[in-house]
Amino acid sequence: MSLRSPLRRVTYLGSAKGGSSHWYAQRVTAVALVLLGLWLVVSLATMGGTSHARVVAWLASPVAAALAVLLVVTGAWHALLGLQVVIEDYVGDKGTRLAVLLVVRFALVVAAVVGVLAVLRIAFGVAA
Amino acid sequence: MAQRARPLSPFLHYRWQYTNTLSILHRVTGVLLSAGFLVLVYWLAAAAGGPERYAAALHRLSSPLAQLVLFGAAFGFCYHLLNGVRHLFFDMGHGFELATARKSGWAVAIGAVALGLSVWLAVRAGLGGGA
Repeated sequence: MSLRSPLRRVTYLGSAKGGSSHWYAQRVTAVALVLLGLWLVVSLATMGGTSHARVVAWLASPVAAALAVLLVVTGAWHALLGLQVVIEDYVGDKGTRLAVLLVVRFALVVAAVVGVLAVLRIAFGVAA
Repeated sequence: MAQRARPLSPFLHYRWQYTNTLSILHRVTGVLLSAGFLVLVYWLAAAAGGPERYAAALHRLSSPLAQLVLFGAAFGFCYHLLNGVRHLFFDMGHGFELATARKSGWAVAIGAVALGLSVWLAVRAGLGGGA
C-alpha cells in the first residue's frame, strides 16, 4: 500500500513506480556488456582482416553468432535505458521530451531488430 | 492548483570539481557509444547484404570523419567500461572515501587513454590497417 496520496501523484510529486527496475536493468546489462564488449574487441583484433569472407566466417561460428545477437540486444537495451535518463534530465519541455524519447526508442528497437536479423542471415549462410 | 517548481539538476547549483567532469564524461561517452552502436549495426547489416554492399559500407567507414568517430568510440568504449565498473563498485557501497574516489577517478582517466589507444591500434592491426 502506498503512503502517498493520489493528489500528490498527479501533481508530479509521487513515485514513478518503475525506478528501481530501471536502475537494476541498467546495471545488469552493464555487467553483461563488460563481457560482450571485451569479446567484440578481442574478436575484431584477432579476426585477421575486414574482408567480407572474414566477417562471414567469424559469424558462421554458432558461439560467435549467439554472442553477437546478445551484444546487439543488450547494447540496444542499455543504450535505451541510458539515453532515457539523459533525455529526461536535460530536455525540459514535456512535449519535446516525449517526442525525443519516442524517436530514440524507435531507432534503437529498429537497430536491434536489424542487427539481430543481419547476424542470423550471416549465421545461417544466406549472406555468403 | 499551481504546480510546484521541480528541483534542478545538481550541475546547476554545485561547485565544479573534477569528479563531476568524470561523471559528465560518462554520459557523453554513453551518448557517443550509442552512435557507435548504430555504426556496428550498419556494419553487420552491410555484411549481411552481400560482398558488394559490404565493400561500399567499408569505403564509407574509411572516410576521415568516420575514422574520427570510430576513434572516439574506441576511447569512449574504454572510458565508459572502466568508469562503469567504478560506478558498479560505488553501487555496492565501496570506494566512497574521498581519497579512494579520487584515486579511482584518476585510474579511470589514465586507463581510458592508455587502453583506448591500445584498443584502437589492436583493432586496426587485427583488421589489417585501413579499417
